[in-house]
Amino acid sequence: MFRKNKFRHVWDFPGFSGWTAIFFGFLYVPIFVLVCYSFNSSSYAMIWTGFSFRWYEKLFFNDDILQAAYNSLIIAITAAPMATAIATISALVIVRGGGFRGKEFSSGLITLPLMVPEIVTAVATLIFFATLGINLGLINVIIAHTVFCIPFAYMPIKAALEAMDPNLELAARDLYSDKNSAFRYITLPLLTPGILSGFMLAFVISVDDFIITLMVAGGGSTTLPVYIYSMVKMGVTPEVNAVSSLLLAFSIIFVTGYWFLNKKSS
Amino acid sequence: MNKILKFFSFCVAITLISSSSFAAGKLNLYNWSDYTPDELVKKFEAETGIQVIIDTYDSNETLLAKLQAAGGSTGYDLAVPSQHFVEIMIKEGLLEKVSGIKDMPNYKYVAKQFQNPSFDPMQEYSTPYQMGSAGFAFRADSYSGDGSSMMEFFKPNDEVCGKLAVFKSPEEVVNMAHLALGSNFCSEDPNEMQAVLDLMLEQKKCVKVYSSEGINDRLKSGEVIMHAHWDGYSQVGKWEYMDDLTYAYPKEGVVGWFDSLVMPKGAKNVKEAKAFMNFLMDPENMAILSNNAAYANAIPESQKYLSDKMKNATNIQVPEGVPVVFGQACNEKAQSLIDKVWTRVMQ
Amino acid sequence: MNIQGENKSRNIVLGLTPLWLVIGIFMIGPLLIMAGVSVMEPNVYGGVYFKFDLSGYRQILFDTNLFDEMEFNPAYVIIILRSFVLAVSATIISLIIGFPAAYFISRQPDNVKNILIFLVTIPFWTNLLVRTFAWIIILGKGGVIESSFSFFGLLNEDDSLNLMYTNFAILIGLVYSYLPLMVLPIFSSLEKLDVRLLEAASDLYSSRMEIIRRVIIPLTLPGIIGGSILVFVPCLGAFIAPDLLGGGKKLLLGSLIQFQFSTARNWPFGAAVAMFLLSLVVIVLVINARINSKHEDLQKHV
Repeated sequence: MFRKNKFRHVWDFPGFSGWTAIFFGFLYVPIFVLVCYSFNSSSYAMIWTGFSFRWYEKLFFNDDILQAAYNSLIIAITAAPMATAIATISALVIVRGGGFRGKEFSSGLITLPLMVPEIVTAVATLIFFATLGINLGLINVIIAHTVFCIPFAYMPIKAALEAMDPNLELAARDLYSDKNSAFRYITLPLLTPGILSGFMLAFVISVDDFIITLMVAGGGSTTLPVYIYSMVKMGVTPEVNAVSSLLLAFSIIFVTGYWFLNKKSS
Repeated sequence: MNKILKFFSFCVAITLISSSSFAAGKLNLYNWSDYTPDELVKKFEAETGIQVIIDTYDSNETLLAKLQAAGGSTGYDLAVPSQHFVEIMIKEGLLEKVSGIKDMPNYKYVAKQFQNPSFDPMQEYSTPYQMGSAGFAFRADSYSGDGSSMMEFFKPNDEVCGKLAVFKSPEEVVNMAHLALGSNFCSEDPNEMQAVLDLMLEQKKCVKVYSSEGINDRLKSGEVIMHAHWDGYSQVGKWEYMDDLTYAYPKEGVVGWFDSLVMPKGAKNVKEAKAFMNFLMDPENMAILSNNAAYANAIPESQKYLSDKMKNATNIQVPEGVPVVFGQACNEKAQSLIDKVWTRVMQ
Repeated sequence: MNIQGENKSRNIVLGLTPLWLVIGIFMIGPLLIMAGVSVMEPNVYGGVYFKFDLSGYRQILFDTNLFDEMEFNPAYVIIILRSFVLAVSATIISLIIGFPAAYFISRQPDNVKNILIFLVTIPFWTNLLVRTFAWIIILGKGGVIESSFSFFGLLNEDDSLNLMYTNFAILIGLVYSYLPLMVLPIFSSLEKLDVRLLEAASDLYSSRMEIIRRVIIPLTLPGIIGGSILVFVPCLGAFIAPDLLGGGKKLLLGSLIQFQFSTARNWPFGAAVAMFLLSLVVIVLVINARINSKHEDLQKHV
């Protein structure tokens, strides 16, 4: 699509590349600051006093915070795919199902978890689980996360589907006789960026959630955000910067790996 | 796609394994982060073979809401609420009675004035954890006052005005206002509460920020020079490059808090929980706790084991003649007056 | 997919079952409980008494003052309005910042594109509180911005730009918190944009602004709307950025509801505000859907 020559295409807009650079600067300057401060020698999360590995050392021996980080990842890795799967199927039916009864209702249902303030969902879900006697530790949290991640996964997928040309699929169905292959070879690949976006939003939302997790979590399922917010009594230290930096490093390694894999396959 | 599925089921399997309980002799402790030092947990695990799992929460209010909403199915064996919340939780039937606290071998170390405390008069529910106070602290280098009056906080002078920060929840602030005005905590008198409201509104003109997070950071950066504060936490700030950070002990007094170990309803590992309660009342172990958090405790003999740093911690030593008034659980009328005052200050 | 007859309705039911089950049970269930809570009598120690009581809803407009006299109390309405204004501003700013970036990313070759999209989300693997702290380091007194200003001699040592604890700081915090929620939906609809349409458009309309206005925006409207909803709603209930960056001097909806469930322990009132809010949002969405369907009808007739 994108040809590297000086000729400016109609789909290139002047200033957009510069704007995107500013956009990434805006996203990453705080992250850069955050990583720098993980090497802070004092116990102030926000005041620089000197360079040290103190907090990384402390982190290494702090089983609680590592366990919390591990819990966060497990929950996100489980809840985000489930939410994305449900969101994908629902989006396909709602966008491509034509007019059917209950369409409006279903699309309203999807956005519902978004519309209710988190603390309300949190307390209500806890009462709900307690009333039904569902007490499965981490699984309670995973269920709750799946529910509120659905609208976040749904929006990009729906947007991708709506912007997609249905004629492509019709053409594909002439090409491949059955509609399953049409779906598999045409619709799904075209939808992949949408699904990927949806998955990533769900993941990010799950990793970051605090209130719902705080309420719903049972014994042994403290997540990183809950741990961090619970530091207020003793003061938040650069240890959380250290653990965040490790998570970042982890995700950057993951992305780089993905990029190389992609390069190989293409 | 298949690979993704495989990875996914792998994750689910790990989740199921890690969430199932297989260890005999474990203890689920629900507490603030960093409030239970690693050293202490390791020592307890080595002495008893009981595995400690720590979960964390951010406030007494959260703990109460959670116990209220979940009934008896939170899955925690021990939690650490403050005195007035212990009272509420007992009243609401959210705690298990712990039999034989007074017969625990280490109970004898608890100071007489903290035995059978008013919030647990028969000592049936709680054992002491840590204690301290809420008040305000200031940077002595930039402030000419000495913190001898609570009014320095509520009617700040020109040095402080615009460089003042206050907690973002009403609990301690309203009590501090009561101390300043000489009225009682949990007042049901509308006139007294109107005076509290007026005082807080006047103070607001000089307040830069209402926040309970990052208190020491704000004081260190010079963003503010006076901040509502906790005694122990301010001591930590004093140790960390803020020599002049002074916790005020005004003549009107400071607002005391007293955290206790309690057993939430439905706790499963009762034996282990009791072992931990007894373990903590040992002076040596209690000293580990105080050395970590820089808060005082109710075990006088723990003094022997305190670090030199702690022995010289001026911010946590209450001067002679300054009363420490403990917060109480207010009744419905008093609580709703507090809420109204706070909403009016914040609207 | 043009699925025919019985087959079609079977597929629809099958496809939506997971959604109905998951949200129906784990969202509607709790929500019904909360609707129940909102019409009960508060227990001052948290929880409720099982007694019918509408005072939670009444309290939104009329409340007793300190002296127990009932009066009209605009405080909560003001708080709701204030939150709306802030959320709308944050959404618009996110859109302005996010749209060009999403457009640029969507026009890159596939492997570059995927990496860039990952890069958009990576900052959000870290915790919101820590990210907000980073902004305090940047905006605060003697922070990154002020030090660079004074380095270039634009600011005296003792002066401060007073960036912190302002509405500006809140907006930065909110936009930063929710930017990917705007970018990703827009990106996924831009992805599908047919370049030939733009070529055709450039023949028709002279200026690029016209192309953006008449072609790109209408075609990516689903993404823009989706992203805006995802940013707007969480902004409405946000309390970290307002508290830490704004100084917490004015209550916003998020903190208000939080306050009712924690310190004030007035669950029915908290639930009533939430229900009130939910019905407001539903009304807006229904009106929006009506307008949209009329709009579609019009387009069909043209």
